[in-house]
Amino acid sequence: MIEIKDLHKSYKMGSNSLHVLKGINFKVEEGELVAIMGSSGSGKSTLLNILGMLDGADSGEYILDGVPIKNLSETKAAQYRNKFLGFIFQSFNLINYKSAAENVALPLYYQKVPRKERQEKALKYLERVGLKPWAEHLPSEMSGGQKQRVAIARAMAAEPKVLLADEPTGALDSKTSYEVMDLIQKINDDGNTILVVTHEEDIAHMCKRIVHLKDGVIVEDKKIEQVRAEQYV
Amino acid sequence: MFDLERWQEIFDTIRKNKLRTFLTGLSVASGIFILVILLGFGQGMRNGIENEFKQDASTSVWVWPGVTSKEYKGLNPGRRIQLVNDNFDMANAMFKSDIEYGSPRIFVRGVNVNYGKEALVYGVQGVGADFQFIENAGMIEGRFINYSDEASTAKVAIIGNKIKKDVFEKVDSPIGEFINISGIPFKVIGVFKEMEDREEERIYIPITTAQKAFNGGNRLNNMSFTLPPVENFDQAVAQAVNFKNGMRTYLQQAHIVAPEDTGAIEVWSAMEEAKRYYGLTNNIKIFFWFVGVCTIIAGVVGVSNIMMIVVKERTREIGIRKALGAKPWSIVGMILHEAIFVTAISGFGGLIFSMALLELVGPHVEVDYIMNPSVNFNVAFSTVIVLILAGTLAGFVPAWRAAKVKVIESLRDE
Repeated sequence: MIEIKDLHKSYKMGSNSLHVLKGINFKVEEGELVAIMGSSGSGKSTLLNILGMLDGADSGEYILDGVPIKNLSETKAAQYRNKFLGFIFQSFNLINYKSAAENVALPLYYQKVPRKERQEKALKYLERVGLKPWAEHLPSEMSGGQKQRVAIARAMAAEPKVLLADEPTGALDSKTSYEVMDLIQKINDDGNTILVVTHEEDIAHMCKRIVHLKDGVIVEDKKIEQVRAEQYV
Repeated sequence: MFDLERWQEIFDTIRKNKLRTFLTGLSVASGIFILVILLGFGQGMRNGIENEFKQDASTSVWVWPGVTSKEYKGLNPGRRIQLVNDNFDMANAMFKSDIEYGSPRIFVRGVNVNYGKEALVYGVQGVGADFQFIENAGMIEGRFINYSDEASTAKVAIIGNKIKKDVFEKVDSPIGEFINISGIPFKVIGVFKEMEDREEERIYIPITTAQKAFNGGNRLNNMSFTLPPVENFDQAVAQAVNFKNGMRTYLQQAHIVAPEDTGAIEVWSAMEEAKRYYGLTNNIKIFFWFVGVCTIIAGVVGVSNIMMIVVKERTREIGIRKALGAKPWSIVGMILHEAIFVTAISGFGGLIFSMALLELVGPHVEVDYIMNPSVNFNVAFSTVIVLILAGTLAGFVPAWRAAKVKVIESLRDE
């Protein structure tokens, strides 16, 4: 599903440049649930941004679902993001003046799905994250866990190939975190490919594979025995 | 623009951001409102000044003689010029096609005027039938002197409305009453009205009667003419200047006056005088335009300011939309679409409101030199368009920049 070969990325900071990613190689198969771990500054967010086409790599190859991602125009990148990727952010990033259902329906708007169908789909995915009764509520009326579940529903709504989660539990307490992880695991059980960036050990162990990043290189890449979040909920 | 989905999206945004929309709209609407009111009053001032000039026919030209100041062809300076009937007839013949109305005039002096036992101290003037049109005298009773009165040296008199009020208050109508001018009875056949009281204190009699009955011979005190109306003001001024020069040249030759001796034959045209005031009102108009344009600029700056703030406030939202697959142009389109929509609605709102105000209040404004302030709809309409375009342009820059911002940056926690 995802194939990365010798990926390099550096940022210019004034006169000196900061080499963040120093040759990353890895592969993600369909249906995997991968945790990308690392301390701050290890390059995990940069990697995720490149995977999410929010940023471009300096060199190296990135193939997503057989499509080489290189030198994309903004418009093309937007198209691919919409088609291939679903994002889940640490700070939820819901549009605060739109109701839960409208937020979930938004990626479908950019897929030019008709309004009625959008609403139906939005409700379907809200039901899946257990928030159907909250469809008409604004994000400000919801708890952090609920907001993140809305965000997950939104990421799912576009039916992407890969879900990218950047510290999805970073702003949540541990109980809510496990609820969210439980949801992510269930979505993965349905066959969705998910990448989770995290620095929390317990969250990482709820995935099926852990990739350790340190100073811009992968230091460890191992399959693990998944810990089900269900038991903590 | 005709994408229904986008309209729905925009209405959603507007509905959920009422205050922001309202404030944007208010600044646009008030800008338009102030501009229209200013332009309206500029026009009102023009109307007012034009009205001041309506007292005498605006194309009138007045000719009166003076005293020569230069020696010419063996004649001494200091000679008093006397106009005579021939001059008037000749002028009429010479400038026939240029003249609309013309009338000679003689001031009848040294006469006593009585009505019954009452002595009237009003000036008596002998004038032609056309004089009514030159003075723009409105007849409120009876009629003015006509050509047959002139031909038959009829003993008829036209009095001003003020005389009627002062002297004839005891009778229903002064028409048919007789006044005595140095013992000769004159029948009152008309009452005229003028803008100013002073001009209503006159008694007009036919010029022929005045010359015959009061020893006037063929002498005239002055002559007045009106020129036919022409379409535009500049043409009218050119026509007046042309006529004035021709008239002066003829009279100078007829009375053997040096061409440069302007004091001997005075010719005055209302048109030229009006031109100065028109110039003044034009300047006033320019001034109002200037103020108006400044207002518009302030409006544009206001709109762009709001647009910048709106975009700034929506940076995160834009980032989210981009992460969800919004193309840069769709972001720009969305922001501009909303901006144009809000600016257009509020701009036309301000336009309609201010024009309604001018329509309702305008005709009742009664201040000196301001009359019926109004505004040309096309001008006002184009201003709104300009404001919308300017607002769009002003909104485009921040919108474009926002669309170009990297998603990661716009989503970064603050």
